[in-house]
Amino acid sequence: MSLISDVETAEPKRRWRWDPGNVAWGVLSFAGGIGLWWLATVAGFSELPSPWTVLTRMIELGIDGQLWGDMYASLRRVLIGFALGAVLAVPVGFLMGWYRIARVIIDPWIQFFRVIPPLAIIPLAIVTLGIDEKPKTFVIFLAAFLSAVVSTYQGVVSVDKTYINAARVLGASDGTIFARVVIPASTPFILVGFRIGLGSAWATVVAAELIAAQSGLGFRMQQAQLYYDLPTIFVSLVAIGILGLLMDRIVVRTEERMTHWQERV
Amino acid sequence: MADPKIAFRNVSKVFGTGADAFTAIRDLTLEIADGEIVTVVGPSGCGKSTAMNMVAGLIPHSSGEVLVDGRPVSGPGPDRGVIFQQYALFPWLTVRENVEFGLKLQGLGRQERRKRAMHYLGLVGLQDFAESYPKTLSGGMKQRCAIARAYAVNPSVLLMDEPFGALDALTRVTLQNQLLDTWSKDRRTVMFITHDVDEAVFIASRVVVLAARPGRLQEIIEVDLPYPRDEEVRLSPEFMEIRNRVWRAVYRRDAQAA
Repeated sequence: MSLISDVETAEPKRRWRWDPGNVAWGVLSFAGGIGLWWLATVAGFSELPSPWTVLTRMIELGIDGQLWGDMYASLRRVLIGFALGAVLAVPVGFLMGWYRIARVIIDPWIQFFRVIPPLAIIPLAIVTLGIDEKPKTFVIFLAAFLSAVVSTYQGVVSVDKTYINAARVLGASDGTIFARVVIPASTPFILVGFRIGLGSAWATVVAAELIAAQSGLGFRMQQAQLYYDLPTIFVSLVAIGILGLLMDRIVVRTEERMTHWQERV
Repeated sequence: MADPKIAFRNVSKVFGTGADAFTAIRDLTLEIADGEIVTVVGPSGCGKSTAMNMVAGLIPHSSGEVLVDGRPVSGPGPDRGVIFQQYALFPWLTVRENVEFGLKLQGLGRQERRKRAMHYLGLVGLQDFAESYPKTLSGGMKQRCAIARAYAVNPSVLLMDEPFGALDALTRVTLQNQLLDTWSKDRRTVMFITHDVDEAVFIASRVVVLAARPGRLQEIIEVDLPYPRDEEVRLSPEFMEIRNRVWRAVYRRDAQAA
């Protein structure tokens, strides 16, 4: 083929980024929301604690160390449960995507357990696994696994057949195709599954702690409820929100980094 | 004719079974000589892509014989390079890594792989884009990368499935010229599928016209225009005359049926 001098470049579309304008609007929006909250409490529309009271309580609990202890307890459960769920979801998802027989055997179970809210498993888990960390970890594991396995298997199933054919005509064996085509091609789906899985794990841990725990942010809220301690409930809610947002951002960043090759529209 | 490079002997292909069975190709017999560049045209549903995929080993045939170098095709292999319409570049690999993919499968070392990849990228004018990801390339550049990837493993046959179909007219003409340029140097056997009659005539030494429903051989038209062919050839009355013959062969049946 002869040398070609035509320069034809298609600049890829930039994805939404941290540009100062967007950040400014986000900050402004939050500030406005807190301002409204403050106005509502000052004007006496509600018995909610003011933002100032909540902040003071947050600092108190921070200095006291209790807040960190609760955050650690909740995070620990989420991360252990999520890690176990994700580690199992990937091979099971691949198995289901690659072998039809595995799909037809496993899929009904997954569909069945998916419609049961993980929290509904808690009574059973406590009776069979005891009252320590095990039932909570198990429920979170289940929540994370069910979300992640479905998208992993969707990812494998939807790998573009053209990629597989392209690899085959270059001489690739089934094993090579799996390792060098199917896995990278389904990575974006797996990471989306992780994101959903982590989200549902986080939702589950807080709820599980409300029902059955001696530590954690959910437990703290439940305790505060008994004493009508509204500021502490708010502190826990804010902490849950911030931690959830942080975890989500980390997964999104990882995803962007690992799938930067993807065409995005 | 000496031993053909590619041979179809009474080949049929039926998709599905029972009442849903659909005959994509019926009783196709066709030979392509070593070093020949043949285009296959026909209306949609004539089985032209199916025929090519059977040579590639991606689709099994139902009856008859599909031979490459006198040996029956039993599956895909690097001796038959395939270029797809949708480029089929691996988006998670850089341009260079895409070209190296087949070389790695052949067990070549890092240094050698890189050298070969850069050589073929140079031939298609993509050496400056070796470390780019496919998403940053235009359609024409993607297809050039795919062509480099196919050439890099040094196949003895090139199978091209409407490779320039998704490109704009100008890029298409450029790539047609480059394909002929390369072919005139290495005389590698090419089986080129297209639905564009002008493209079919400009490239080929023989145009195979298939008819649809079921796919079968309609006519083989010799293109006795000398190589190298330049833009003047496209405008010559001889080209127009052959082009019109191919056009009539492709559309005659559809016109009758309508």
